[in-house]
Amino acid sequence: MIKRESGRKVDELRPIEAKTGVIPRADGSAMFKIGNTTAYAAVYGPRELHPKFLQNPETGILRCSYNMIAFSGSGERVRPGGNRRSKEISLVTEKALLPVLDLSQYPNAVIDVFIELIETDAGTRCAGICAAALALADAGIPMKDLPAAISVGIIEDQIIVDIDANEDCDIGAVDVPVCVLPRTGEITLLQMDGITTLDLLKKVIDKAIVATKEVNKIQQEALKKRYQA
Amino acid sequence: MNSKITREHILNLLHQGLREDGRGLENYREPVTIEYNIAPKSAEGSARVRIGSTEVIAGVKMEVGEPFSDTPDEGALMIGVELIPLSNPEFEAGPPQIEAIELSRVIDRGIRESHVIDMKKLCIKSGEKVWTIIVDIYPINDAGNLFDACALAACAALKSAVFPHYDEKTDVVDYKKKTKNKLPLGDMPVGVTVIKIKDKFLIDPTTEEWENLDARLSVFTLPNGNLCALQKGGNKPLRPEELYTMINLATERGNYLRGYLA
Repeated sequence: MIKRESGRKVDELRPIEAKTGVIPRADGSAMFKIGNTTAYAAVYGPRELHPKFLQNPETGILRCSYNMIAFSGSGERVRPGGNRRSKEISLVTEKALLPVLDLSQYPNAVIDVFIELIETDAGTRCAGICAAALALADAGIPMKDLPAAISVGIIEDQIIVDIDANEDCDIGAVDVPVCVLPRTGEITLLQMDGITTLDLLKKVIDKAIVATKEVNKIQQEALKKRYQA
Repeated sequence: MNSKITREHILNLLHQGLREDGRGLENYREPVTIEYNIAPKSAEGSARVRIGSTEVIAGVKMEVGEPFSDTPDEGALMIGVELIPLSNPEFEAGPPQIEAIELSRVIDRGIRESHVIDMKKLCIKSGEKVWTIIVDIYPINDAGNLFDACALAACAALKSAVFPHYDEKTDVVDYKKKTKNKLPLGDMPVGVTVIKIKDKFLIDPTTEEWENLDARLSVFTLPNGNLCALQKGGNKPLRPEELYTMINLATERGNYLRGYLA
């Protein structure tokens, strides 16, 4: 049995905080904090899509932008302006959220989702997706489900849920971010780096499904809170 | 997105000495709050400032590098504001627009020229190694008056900053190990922007008021009443006596704002 430096059990999540409506100027917004990873998401739209040649008369489009702010990294200052990593994460975030939306109602329009990481301690794309899902719901965009994401790791053949930066640095650590649609159990984000077996991966997915149920509960509470009192 | 109706409405209210949100012309929105160390794990110093529903965060990172050749025994300072599209439907992604450039430069001047940071104390080895202090400021919700909010957030972040551990022999900064050493700070500047609409002077403008200003003046002051930076903006001119009225007002309101930094 591996011992986590944080003292967490192997399938224990870090403390989660979620809040919607945190950016009044946005059409929808949310903050999602898991341990020391904090993501803000703002939704603008549906609004007219510019540049115009990107417009599609059949459907609206979803445009996600993931960014780490300059002082959010654990080492030196993060140079602003984005990089290949943030572009790829923006793309997979889009794909993680898209299946729950029906954008055919919004021809020629765009729904912009801006995700900013304020502080990072691994699991940032998952926190970003959780915040973005809440912000979309807060914006009143019709959704079939509320996507929830978690990063599951494998260290020395042991499955570790909600891997933190300290653990991710372990030599041979495998990191698997997963986004699950809680109602159907379908998976909309799956990435992996590191070496493992199919058997272990199956267990990772099982753990992710269980963990995202827990995340989903907190997301739902955050949404309900917005409309209470 | 400015409309004639909005302008008429603002002018009518101002004529009666009123503002849409019920404030006096010289009052800040409430509450004004400062939260320190909002990103304690990643930033060397950080803060969140709220003025009404305007929310701004700022963070300090410190790096060791070579000094500029004209100031071999002084550290370096970089201050910037990024107007991220998360905070306002009209901000766009991409290279900084002129609004962000002006805002960044005004905040930079206000803090740099106040000499709040003793740059000589940031020297590790003259001509070779000095600390660079980088302050990055981001609006989270832009509901007006980013100038004052950004300046306040930057000062608050500097106040909370501590040096990371630096090994001179190996020239390695260990960002995980924070020391207890604070930045060498003196008296804090405070930035207050006064806007003029018709013949009225307003403090802490909302987005709509800002879009309808005729002239504006950002004033950075020190506790002893000295001025350390000014920036005039807007399309209309100001007479000297108007300038002095605005500066006096900004100085008095600056003392109020400074109370929150204490």
